[in-house]
Amino acid sequence: MTATGLPRFTRAERWVHRSTAGLVAVLTATGASLYVEQIALLVGRRPLVEAIHIAAGLALPLPMVIGLVVSPSLRADVRVLGRFGTVDWQWLRRRDRRRAQLPVGKFNGGQKLAASVMCGAGLVLLGTGLLLIAPLRVNLPVGLRQGATIVHDLFTFGLLALLGGHLWLALTHPEARTALRTGEVDRAYAEREHPGWAADVTAVPAKPPG
Amino acid sequence: MGRRVVLGLLGLGAAGVAGGHWLTTELGRLSAALSRHHLNSLSSFIPGAGWRYYTVTDGFPYRAPAVYRLTVTGNVGNELTLKTTDLARMPRTRLTADFQCVTGWRVSGVRWEGVRLGHLLDLAATDPGQQAVTFVSYDGTYTESLTMSQARRSDVLVVDTLDGRPIGREHGGPVRLLVAPMYGYKSCKWLSQIVVTDRLEPGYWEQQGYDQNAWVGRSNGRDDAPTT
Repeated sequence: MTATGLPRFTRAERWVHRSTAGLVAVLTATGASLYVEQIALLVGRRPLVEAIHIAAGLALPLPMVIGLVVSPSLRADVRVLGRFGTVDWQWLRRRDRRRAQLPVGKFNGGQKLAASVMCGAGLVLLGTGLLLIAPLRVNLPVGLRQGATIVHDLFTFGLLALLGGHLWLALTHPEARTALRTGEVDRAYAEREHPGWAADVTAVPAKPPG
Repeated sequence: MGRRVVLGLLGLGAAGVAGGHWLTTELGRLSAALSRHHLNSLSSFIPGAGWRYYTVTDGFPYRAPAVYRLTVTGNVGNELTLKTTDLARMPRTRLTADFQCVTGWRVSGVRWEGVRLGHLLDLAATDPGQQAVTFVSYDGTYTESLTMSQARRSDVLVVDTLDGRPIGREHGGPVRLLVAPMYGYKSCKWLSQIVVTDRLEPGYWEQQGYDQNAWVGRSNGRDDAPTT
């Protein structure tokens, strides 16, 4: 903790975020060149693009899984993200959420909701992706491949829309980007956006008895 | 709550996979309805509806119409080498049919135009007693085949026009095969050779386990509605 910064993300958490983001970027680029006609014509090399897409897809859960194993702070943050309290519901419901001076914790209700949706949608994409690469000799019921195709498409569109919002918020909140780059967040920003959490972090530890 | 969102999405995904056949059909119907009302630009935004482009080689091969040649060889009395302009001067056939892929997607009401394959086989003076026809793509890898009686059906065409426009590269242009009553993999793209043979030779996908007689709705374990 410094005079102007509060510790927000550990090195392991930053690494998980960066690796997952990199894999998602690769998946988006290769997915687009498999799916969008104009890009497919431009890029060609379909078997190679397909192989990269599959490899990146299979690797997608790895950073998170490794992070959960090695990093207690990531486990703690995941617990916080999954728990919706009164403040989070207020944050989601109230139109004056940014002016209401809610005692928002480390993550606000929107961030928690987005994290859950990304997790769920990511797992659906992984599962349908596995169905799609199942070899022909695995005699899947006929409708299953078709269902996996359409669900993979629809969830991709949904998740890309959400990621668009994610990137927009990142662009408009340089302090949040700095936190994910250096691990420290600007104190004034934290006190404005996450007052509950900032108060906890800066609280003077209680003196030991005696 | 977070867990409920995750589980809810997983449930939604599973339901979508289970009901994928219905979902795909409905989206395809919606897209076709929009196209009919000249809202093509809108219909192209509907995910999962419309064409998907496959190629089994490294890219999308291309031959310009001016240099493109189609040969009819094998057990024939009169080998043919045809240009696109030759095909344009022959008796033309128009056909509207759904295009059904064996992986599930379907495009409704596709308008094709070209020459009946049977007409080309007649021009080439196919030897009597020949059992089959093999098709070779100029991508260098893809092949397909039909029995002689299938090849002579009136809904099997060598096409150069799709929805009123010359067939583009991604659709297998300038000239491809259309086997309207069968799954899409029979309709060999980037067609360059038609070879008359005395017995049937399985094509690219047949060698990997797909059905030779790929009637839509009656093969490959599928029950899609017929396309013609």
